Amino acid sequence: MEMNKEYIESLLTKNLRLDNRKFSEYRNITIETGISPKSALGSARVKLGETEVIAGIKMDAGTPYPDTPDDGAMMVNAELIPLASPKFESGAPGVDAIEMSRVVDRAIRESKAIDTKKLCIKKGEKVWLVFIDIYPINDAGNLFDAAYLAAISALKDTKMLKYDAKEDKVIYEKTTKSLPLLNLPIECTVVKINNAFLVDPSYEEEEAMDARLTVAVLEDNSICAMQKGGDQPLTAEETLKMIDIAIEKSKELRKKL
Amino acid sequence: MTLVAQDKSIVVPGEVLATGMDHVPAQGTFRENENIIASQLGLLSVNGRLIKVIALSGRYIPKVGDMVIGKITYISFSNWSVNIGYAYEANLSLKEATSDFIARGADLSQYFDYGDVVTAKVIGVNKQKAIDLTMKGPGLRKLKGGRIIKVTPSKVPRLIGKQGSMISIVKEATNCKIIVGQNGLVWMQGDDPEKVRLAEETILKIDREAHKEGLTDEISKFLKERLK
Amino acid sequence: MKYTKRLDGRKFEEARPIEAKVGVVKRADGSAMFRTGKTIAIAAVYGPRELHPSHLRNSEKGILRCNYNMMAFSTAQERVRPGPSRRSKEINLVMEKALLPVLDLSEFPNTVIDVFVELPQTDAGTRCAGINAAALALADAGLAMKDIISSISVGKVGDKIVADLSKEEEDFEGGATDIPVAIMPRTNKLTLLQLDGNVSKDELKEALEMAKKSCQEIYKIQVKALKEKYGA
Repeated sequence: MEMNKEYIESLLTKNLRLDNRKFSEYRNITIETGISPKSALGSARVKLGETEVIAGIKMDAGTPYPDTPDDGAMMVNAELIPLASPKFESGAPGVDAIEMSRVVDRAIRESKAIDTKKLCIKKGEKVWLVFIDIYPINDAGNLFDAAYLAAISALKDTKMLKYDAKEDKVIYEKTTKSLPLLNLPIECTVVKINNAFLVDPSYEEEEAMDARLTVAVLEDNSICAMQKGGDQPLTAEETLKMIDIAIEKSKELRKKL
Repeated sequence: MTLVAQDKSIVVPGEVLATGMDHVPAQGTFRENENIIASQLGLLSVNGRLIKVIALSGRYIPKVGDMVIGKITYISFSNWSVNIGYAYEANLSLKEATSDFIARGADLSQYFDYGDVVTAKVIGVNKQKAIDLTMKGPGLRKLKGGRIIKVTPSKVPRLIGKQGSMISIVKEATNCKIIVGQNGLVWMQGDDPEKVRLAEETILKIDREAHKEGLTDEISKFLKERLK
Repeated sequence: MKYTKRLDGRKFEEARPIEAKVGVVKRADGSAMFRTGKTIAIAAVYGPRELHPSHLRNSEKGILRCNYNMMAFSTAQERVRPGPSRRSKEINLVMEKALLPVLDLSEFPNTVIDVFVELPQTDAGTRCAGINAAALALADAGLAMKDIISSISVGKVGDKIVADLSKEEEDFEGGATDIPVAIMPRTNKLTLLQLDGNVSKDELKEALEMAKKSCQEIYKIQVKALKEKYGA
């Protein structure tokens, strides 16, 4: 039950947040990798304050897309499982889960985080497919950033399978070879409540927000993906301001990986 | 033979608390032949012959007489729906909303509008758990502004304390107005946001440690430290 | 075929290492993690809460609804396709039947108690780990319960009766029988019983005796986890 929107807004006029964080301050972040070592090829658990998300990586061999015959393929599936929040419902992924999947996917795909050329087994015929599955365990706000950190951390933790060319099949045994990664982007979400811009919204702040902007930033500060959410519009100035904040924070978040 | 578990200890559902017929099972316990068994995870409390278990978790279950804090979620022609944290919304009828005369066809949102937060009293709970509220009564009103947080409903008596002793300590130390609903919602208002946040922290601490002994002293000490 | 030594070196009646923790999902009304060997189950309880769709509502009592799900990366082989399967729907049902006997939902007509069980890693015994976690989560949620529910898989691998089969043992080439069991520890009454394989009546008796003993050990761990949450 949302009951604190007015109070949050009145605090913001005094430059305060509910939990006494600064507008540009993230909650405590912990990243643990290898949480499902027996089954996942790579996995991670991210805690962002009380928000908790886990991600796991599986691989298989399949046919490449016809327009990219020597590139491996990737698929991101985030599910807003009802375990994590009283607001999530059972059933097939709804539009919010699909948005999260696609936003995380865009950042990883457009940055070329995964070196897909190195995932080619036989050009035009067989390539490695990388499956990234993301599950929130507790939603205390800002699932996007936590989901993204979990996905990237899981990819970093991933060891590849082996392909037996003679038998023409996958050997389901982890090797010691790491998944080839290139430029890792960092995703940062900024929300706007009245005239204030806040990073890492708690779930009460998310309920009170006017708009949000998620920005994926590369190490050279260029932007490879963006998504605006929320019901209210943003001016160009506001957008640029939020992007500046995201770029600034991405440097700090990158150190956590 | 009698008590098997220790008074003021944490017990789990299914745990044998006492044997023999010397004790009487009260809230949170049941009798099974010779034994009195806990039916909840909670704090064992023995009072003479009465054995009860005070639950340390659980959603709010409405009871007649409860003063609750709720939010108006729906306005009809002759009543309002109020979310008081139970599975289904409670009903506030026209005649229980106010002593004013409300003409037929009047715009009810003039009195209580969507999103308004109110204090109300539960006057009826039927077998189907339909809930009737009243706002006619001392102190029952719309709440303006303020911060609202949630504590465990079963711990509200501990949070309020005997004759309000525990909550008074918090009110005085933080100079905040505080209203505690039996449904676990707590409304706080103060001029200094820092003090409001201290009140929040203290109340959540009481909620976490309600099962511990000597909590009143602990809270006084805690507030004294933080206000230095 | 003879089974002289367990594949992971355990004694025949020995369960895998167990870990239980209560209160792991803060937004839920109650929650718990239960690990048996490499099988990890996380359970969260929400309720009593509004029940949708309304035609499922029972005007005399609340209903229990279990939802079991293996995460896509939870098995050692291929990725699990997300979504319910016939297998998971059956597991939902047997989990509900395993937990209902200790619950009294008459105080909450028209509502639902939702139990969600998610498994980030599986190595056999998933429904048992799920039931153990769910029982803890229900107690953690402050629901009135006559007893906890403790569950384990026993069975026959080759020619031996064993407790807590691993996936390797389930797939033993000399044949294996899997018998998931759940009991109410105070009275030793069975609330879950399934069998998949081939055993004689005497072997079944032996297996059930072993299950009772193992479940009592699991019960001790569950009690400890509940009390630990309050520093007891």
